[in-house]
Amino acid sequence: MLACQNLKIEFDRKPVLKGVTLDFPAQKISAIIGPSGCGKSTLLRAFNRMHDLTPGAKVTGSVTLNGREIYDGAEDPVLIRRRIGMVFQKANPFPTLSIFENTISGLRLSGVGNRALLHEAAEKALVDAALWDEVKDRLKSSPMSLSGGQQQRLCIARALAVDPEVLLMDEPCSALDPIATAKIEELMFRLRERLIVVIVTHNMQQAARASDRTAFLWMGELVEEGETEAIFTSPKKSMTEDYITGRFG
Amino acid sequence: MMRHFDNELRDLKLNLLAMAGQVEEQIALTQQCLLERSNAKAERVSQLDKIVDETELKLDQTCIDLLALRAPFASDLRLIASTLKIVPELERAGDHCCNIARRALILNLQPPVLKDDSLKRLAEETHSMMCRAVDAFVNGDGDMARAVILNDDKVDDLYVQIYSELLRGMLADPLCIERSSHLIIVIKNWERIADQATNIAEEVLFILEGINVKHRYLQAHPKA
Repeated sequence: MLACQNLKIEFDRKPVLKGVTLDFPAQKISAIIGPSGCGKSTLLRAFNRMHDLTPGAKVTGSVTLNGREIYDGAEDPVLIRRRIGMVFQKANPFPTLSIFENTISGLRLSGVGNRALLHEAAEKALVDAALWDEVKDRLKSSPMSLSGGQQQRLCIARALAVDPEVLLMDEPCSALDPIATAKIEELMFRLRERLIVVIVTHNMQQAARASDRTAFLWMGELVEEGETEAIFTSPKKSMTEDYITGRFG
Repeated sequence: MMRHFDNELRDLKLNLLAMAGQVEEQIALTQQCLLERSNAKAERVSQLDKIVDETELKLDQTCIDLLALRAPFASDLRLIASTLKIVPELERAGDHCCNIARRALILNLQPPVLKDDSLKRLAEETHSMMCRAVDAFVNGDGDMARAVILNDDKVDDLYVQIYSELLRGMLADPLCIERSSHLIIVIKNWERIADQATNIAEEVLFILEGINVKHRYLQAHPKA
């Protein structure tokens, strides 16, 4: 399980996340929803220590993965990012690397050089990302020849190639058409079997249909979280109700 | 923030209320056509039923459109989903009224079977339950919806009491068997309308509180 306890994040002393406590269970897809600026992406990025790289950022509280504190000073952020992969809003394949090299770039950075091993890992990751059939005959091509949806699945394959325990997805479908979106969501359902999946989305329909649990954030605070079905049919807090029905935000 | 969707939901509610109003009138007319022996009012029940049926089709389509085009959540979703369930309850209640009206046309040609006011009480209880179920919907009144649900037992008891009385009458006087048989169908239809008012009250609680109060015995003994 991925969990945060009283997680507070500020940038240049301006609080963005104000003490969020939340669990993300294994074999579940958890959605984080909320209006722009509520701290969704900030929370997601805290899970693989991306704020370490941001000047003026201060993170307090606790984030644990299977009981182990990831903000422990002894933990290597690079290794944490192997265990906790991330996919961003805009697909960001390395444009100068081939599809194959993009897929195994994480492994190469980790020092894996065995060609057979890399080929095996690339195929497995591309199969897992439901992209193999579409690219197996052009692995040496540029990723820029792929469609937006394919590029996003390539980024997912790249994250999967290092065999993470968690996949963080920051609005992964916001630039995709409904068919590409459906493919990513189907992929999420398959990955749920073995990964903790956390998705940030502005799309209420996507949160409703593609997640098991939903957390609603507002102005850096957790308003409500629970089973997605309950949140979208009978939310307990009026603020959640107003947000998901489009009455504010 | 006021949404265009709010106007659509308001229209949905208004159309549902118009349909409920017509059914309430149908129920009141069944009482009058039978107890006041008015064939004209029996005809009026059938006339109203056509309007009720037309409204059902219109509301069905509106709900489907809103589900498809608005992808509603939370209270909006509960309102539309429950409307899809309330509408057929109202439509069936209208059909029951037509059944009563048809029997009234036959019964009005013959002497009354029952001497007491039990029929009147059953008709009034049924009408009151439907009116209060609709009021609970209009006013968002969960307590009133609960009271309607509890009242169903009273109607059931009254139904059993009248049924037993009719049975005794038929055994005592075979000449009243035909009249009593028609009357048994009448009271059964009223009792069913009370059941439909109960179902509507249950939907009102789902709309207001997001809770499902149907088949409580399953919730008390989930493995039964």
